[in-house]
Amino acid sequence: MIITVHHYLVLSILLFTIGAIGVVTRRNALIIFMSIELMLNAVNIAFLAFARWNLLIEGKMIVLFVLAVAAAEAAVGLGIVISIYRNRQTVYVDEMRLLKG
Amino acid sequence: MFEAILFYSLAAVAVISALLVVTRVNPISSALMLVVCFMATAGVFAILGAAFIAILQILLYAGAIMVLFIFVIMLIGTDPADLKRRQMTFAKILGAAAAVYLAIVLGLAAWRPPFIAAPMAGDAFLSPATIGKQLVTTYLLPFEILSVLLLIAIVGAVVLAKKKI
Amino acid sequence: MMILDLLTALAKVVIIFAMILGVVPVLIWMERKGAAYIQDRRGPNRASILGMRLGGIVHSFADALKLFTKEEIAAGSVSKPLFYIAPMITFFIAIVTVGVVPFAEPLRLFGYEFNLQIADLNAGLIYVFAMSSIGVYGLLIAGWAASGKYPLLGALRAAAQMVSYEVALGLSVVAIFLLSGSLRLQDIVIQQGALIWDWNVARQPVAFVLFMVALFAETNRLPFDLPEGESEIVAGYHTEYSSMRFALFFMGEYTHIIVGSLIIATLFFGGWQFPFVAAELMRSNMDGVIVIGWPAAGIALLMFGMFLVSRFRRRYRDLRDYETLLFGVPAMLFATLLLIAWAGLLTRGYLDNIPAWIGNAVVFAVQLGTLLAKALFFCAFFIWVRWTLPRFRYDQLMNLGWKVMIPIGVANVVVTSAVMVFRP
Repeated sequence: MIITVHHYLVLSILLFTIGAIGVVTRRNALIIFMSIELMLNAVNIAFLAFARWNLLIEGKMIVLFVLAVAAAEAAVGLGIVISIYRNRQTVYVDEMRLLKG
Repeated sequence: MFEAILFYSLAAVAVISALLVVTRVNPISSALMLVVCFMATAGVFAILGAAFIAILQILLYAGAIMVLFIFVIMLIGTDPADLKRRQMTFAKILGAAAAVYLAIVLGLAAWRPPFIAAPMAGDAFLSPATIGKQLVTTYLLPFEILSVLLLIAIVGAVVLAKKKI
Repeated sequence: MMILDLLTALAKVVIIFAMILGVVPVLIWMERKGAAYIQDRRGPNRASILGMRLGGIVHSFADALKLFTKEEIAAGSVSKPLFYIAPMITFFIAIVTVGVVPFAEPLRLFGYEFNLQIADLNAGLIYVFAMSSIGVYGLLIAGWAASGKYPLLGALRAAAQMVSYEVALGLSVVAIFLLSGSLRLQDIVIQQGALIWDWNVARQPVAFVLFMVALFAETNRLPFDLPEGESEIVAGYHTEYSSMRFALFFMGEYTHIIVGSLIIATLFFGGWQFPFVAAELMRSNMDGVIVIGWPAAGIALLMFGMFLVSRFRRRYRDLRDYETLLFGVPAMLFATLLLIAWAGLLTRGYLDNIPAWIGNAVVFAVQLGTLLAKALFFCAFFIWVRWTLPRFRYDQLMNLGWKVMIPIGVANVVVTSAVMVFRP
């Protein structure tokens, strides 16, 4: 029973799809954010799997950068959610349809 | 054999918790499930010979980002009555179906030989020192840009979240 | 081979966890006695088993028994699964951090190598941070699941405090791994050497202070115990807990202290290095070490026994009076036996050429004892600080974390790396 790179890719695709479905179907902005994090994470698995099978360090480097960008994204995203909540008292994206603040 | 058992159990945990993330109504449960998912993914990273990345994943995602998420969720406060079930609209179902279709296409595209086990990894590949050296030699420019990005993110977050500056 | 490896791994886990859990009641006793000493009272001294009080340690066991047998209460509004799992998370996270601590040098016995360290990770230091960073989940979940005002406030405070101080914790140790060039804790210990002025505490005093303060914040001990500040928010995140689940939080806190002390000793105080006597030196002069160390231990034990016997008074008119004799007399007898055996072996010449494996075992025991002694010292330090300093106000806490400790940490890293680069 050997584990090939395909196993990891399938896992990655599964997680990515679940994340994408979350982004499309949920209304809560926070959960949409979490789904995006999930997608980023799925991509990391693919990067690391390729890095492991080709013995290339580059895959790991890109994962590091993805981690850092995710941190930055979360910080700004949560800031946006908080400021929206402060103005509109909601975190549901379908209730934020006005361009006027 | 060990690798297979580990991989399948971790993958099962990751997928199930990911499904729970997108289906739970309560954002706190979602966030906690996402933490579980990140832990399982960190385990997968560790099997892939990236123990350093796995630990960073726990440190950054589970330890910092998700704590922030949960903090914000608690701060905003979720009134149980406020947690409305979302209505599935046609566009959303279509979007989800498209995502699943994309996944199947990607899977079919990826599923091609050679089906081989991973090659033996040397010390240079496994050691965190290699990552550090690469970070300040080959990837110096992206590294610097990243630090600027993080600075901008910090400033941006403060500007967004603070009432009066 | 595979089976043997698995068994050794299992044995290590059992030994180390048993050691940590065994220290917890002792630490609780130390805390009570220390508090009593600082507040000028006697501390626990009543509970006894057949007259044995062990200076009050029996109180810890009595407490454990009490908490075991208490009724568990969960208010109707709590979300049950999370409420039940939160103390387990706290305790689990507190204890798994010990997995990367090297307790001694690898012990070589009959061609087999035994390393008393559960996982020799090449990113061990980062693992410590990862574990301490997810330690906040126990408190967060506990506070949220209890669905009350005070628990929620406690959880929010815990989250903000721990995220803030983690940055300082991480920055303080960057300087350490700049110096040692490795993230493996075993490497960091070996690199520090046996001389006290080569230990990281002497080379990086600023990092040590930062680390110490941040560790206090991470363990939620007194100057930083805002998540459970009883005069402000009842008991914070564990307001709603009772019985064994409360005990798990309690044990989690003490486990955290022990593990934190072990980490401090490992990172800054040379880990298992015996001060001024390197392992190699000890190993090559093993006969001298045994010839001197054996009678020294015997005499120390003898004096301890004599001290206990000298405290014999007829005070209570029951079994408790004889406790000193119960321990003092056997200690004296055993010490006398030790000294006689030493003299006998010495005169017959058995102590002239010690086999290598005995030497290795003695060095191993000395290193283990050294690390535990250092860790216990820091446990005592934790207790001392707890009963000496008052609690911070919340804004003071945040100011200290973000405006004082992080800038100092960054400056320390910059200065250290500059010195590393420009050193001739």
